[in-house]
Amino acid sequence: MADLNKLSIKEALSGLLSKEFSAVELVQDHLDSMEKHRGLNTYVFPTPELALKLADESDRRIAKNLALPLDGIPVGVKDLYCTNGIRTTSCSNILKDFIPKYESTVTTNLFAAGAIMLGKTNMDEFAMGSSNLTSCFGHVVNPWKRSNSEDEVVPGGSSGGSAACVAANLGMASLGSDTGGSVRQPASFCGIVGIKPSYGRCSRFGMIAFASSLDQAAVFAKNVEDSALVLSSIMGHDPKDSTSSKAIIPDFSSCFKDGDLRGLRVGIPKEYLENLHDDISKMMKNSICNLKELGAEIIDISLPHTKYALPTYYIIAPAEASSNLARYDGVRYGLRVSEDGDSLDDLYEKTREIGFGQEVKRRILIGTFVLSSEHYEDTYLKAQRVRRLIANDFNNVFDKIDVILTPTTSSEAFGIKDVLTPVQMYMNDVFTIPASLAGLPCLSIPGALSRSGLPLGIQLIANNFDELTLLRVAHKLEKSINFTAKPKGY
Amino acid sequence: MNLLLVKQLGGVLMTSISMVHVKKVAKLSRIRMSDEQAQNFTKELDNLIGVLDKLHEINTDNVQPLVSVSDGQTPLREDVVTDGNKIKDVVLNSPDTKYDYFVVPKVVE
Repeated sequence: MADLNKLSIKEALSGLLSKEFSAVELVQDHLDSMEKHRGLNTYVFPTPELALKLADESDRRIAKNLALPLDGIPVGVKDLYCTNGIRTTSCSNILKDFIPKYESTVTTNLFAAGAIMLGKTNMDEFAMGSSNLTSCFGHVVNPWKRSNSEDEVVPGGSSGGSAACVAANLGMASLGSDTGGSVRQPASFCGIVGIKPSYGRCSRFGMIAFASSLDQAAVFAKNVEDSALVLSSIMGHDPKDSTSSKAIIPDFSSCFKDGDLRGLRVGIPKEYLENLHDDISKMMKNSICNLKELGAEIIDISLPHTKYALPTYYIIAPAEASSNLARYDGVRYGLRVSEDGDSLDDLYEKTREIGFGQEVKRRILIGTFVLSSEHYEDTYLKAQRVRRLIANDFNNVFDKIDVILTPTTSSEAFGIKDVLTPVQMYMNDVFTIPASLAGLPCLSIPGALSRSGLPLGIQLIANNFDELTLLRVAHKLEKSINFTAKPKGY
Repeated sequence: MNLLLVKQLGGVLMTSISMVHVKKVAKLSRIRMSDEQAQNFTKELDNLIGVLDKLHEINTDNVQPLVSVSDGQTPLREDVVTDGNKIKDVVLNSPDTKYDYFVVPKVVE
C-alpha cells in the first residue's frame, strides 16, 4: 500500500488495529522510502531485516488482540542510544565499530511498547553541534529547500538525522537527545514537533554521555499528540540512573480533549524579542493572537539573566564533556592508534587525535581549560553560580504564569555550504539553552514558513515536571496555527 | 610560568588564551596536536573565551553553584550484586585483549 509512511502514529495505530494494513506493510513502506531517499543520509545504520522480523511479531500480537501501545510503529533511533548487538557510534570515529552488549533504558522502554526501530540515525559527533555537519558519517540533508533554490540546507543538530527522517516520512517518530537544544532546534529547522521532557523524566542509562547535568532523552514526531504517545512510553524512574525521577508519570491523554485555554497565563519574555528577524517576529505576533483567541491571558515577563545563558552553557557543557569523554582511551573499547614502542600516553594521545573530530576536540579543550586549577573558580564555578540565577529567573515567573512562549531559533535553517564561526554556530541555541540549564520541559512546534519558504519553530517552556500543561497548550496552539506545509517530494 | 594573561579592561577581567595554553590543555586532555593545529585552535578559543568572559559582569557573591537540577540526595541502595559473570561482554569491544584482560603498552620497566 502506498503512502502509509505519511500517516500520523495515531492514524497508523487505528489502521493496524482495524487490520486495514499490517505492521509488515507499514514497515516495508518506510524501508522503501528510506532506500529511495538515501541521499538525505538520515540513517547511518539501517536495520531492515530486524525491523521486518519485529513487524511480523507485532502483526501476530495484533491478530491475537494483544497489541502493545505503539505496536508496529516504525521509528528512528539516534545513534547515541546503546542498542544491544547493534552498532552504536555517536557518529564518532572513536566508536566506529562499537557494538554494545546492553540496551539503553529508553530504547528498552520504547521497544517494550511495541515500536519498531528502522535503524540508527545520523547526528553531530557526540551530540556536539547545531548543524549535523560534524558527524563522521557525513552531513544530513534537510528535506526542506528554500523556494526557488536547489541549495541544500542543514537539518539542525545535533539530532539532525532523527529530525530529517521524520520530516521526510522515513520514520513515524524518532528518538533524539536534547542537551542545549539538540531536538528543539532541528525540529524547528525541519518543520516538525520536538519535545524535551523535564530533566530526570527519562533514564540516561545507555545514552552515550555528553553533558550529564543537561542531557535528556527527547522525541521528534509529526504532531504534538504523536510526540506525547512516544514520550509517555520512554519516561520513568530507573535504578540505573540516580538522576532519573520517581515522580508519577502523568497520563497525557487528557491534554488532547477539545476545549480552549481560558484561565491559562502565557508569559512572553521580553529578552527573547530583542532584534528578532521580521519573519520570526511576525510568527510570534500571530502565535500570541492565536493564544488570545483561545482565551489565554498574555503576560509580559522578564528573565533578566537570559543573555548569560549561552556563555554559562559553553562553560558547563564542555566541562562535563571533557570529563565524560576521558573514557575514550583506546583501551577498553573503540579505536586504538599506536605503534610498536609507544608508551601508554602515546597511545592515548594518538588515539584521541585521530578518533575525535574538530568540534569534539574544541569542546574537550575548552572543558579542560575551565576545569584546570587556575581557571576553575573564575569560569566553571562562576558558570554554576550563574546557572542558579538563570534557573531562579524561571522559578520567579512561574508563580504568575503557566507556560512561556518564545521563538525556537533566531533564524531559519542555514545552508550546508554557509561558513559559520564556532561562536556563530553556538548562537543557534541562544533561545533553547536557558530552559535546558533550568531542566524545564519544553518543545518546539512549527509556527510559520519564512519568506524563503523554510519552516520556523515556536518554543513553549513549562514549569518543572508540568509536561501536562506543555502538551495541552502545544496541542491547542498547533491546531490553531494549522501549519500544513510539507517538504516537496517526500 | 604564568600561562594566563589577565588584562584589566574597563573594570572587567578579560582572559586571553595563547598557543602555549592550548598546547598545555591539549596535553592535559591527552590529544596530540601539531603546532599548526594548536595555532588554529588558539584563535578560535581566544574568541570563545572572550564570549565566556561576559559572566564577569554579574555579581554572584552569595549565590550557591547549581550543580544539578535534580533535587534530593544521591539515592543509596544495598551493596548487593545485581549482575555479574560478564567478563566476555566487558572485554568484547576492546581493541586488544589477552586471557580476558585489556592489553596496554608496558607501563613499568
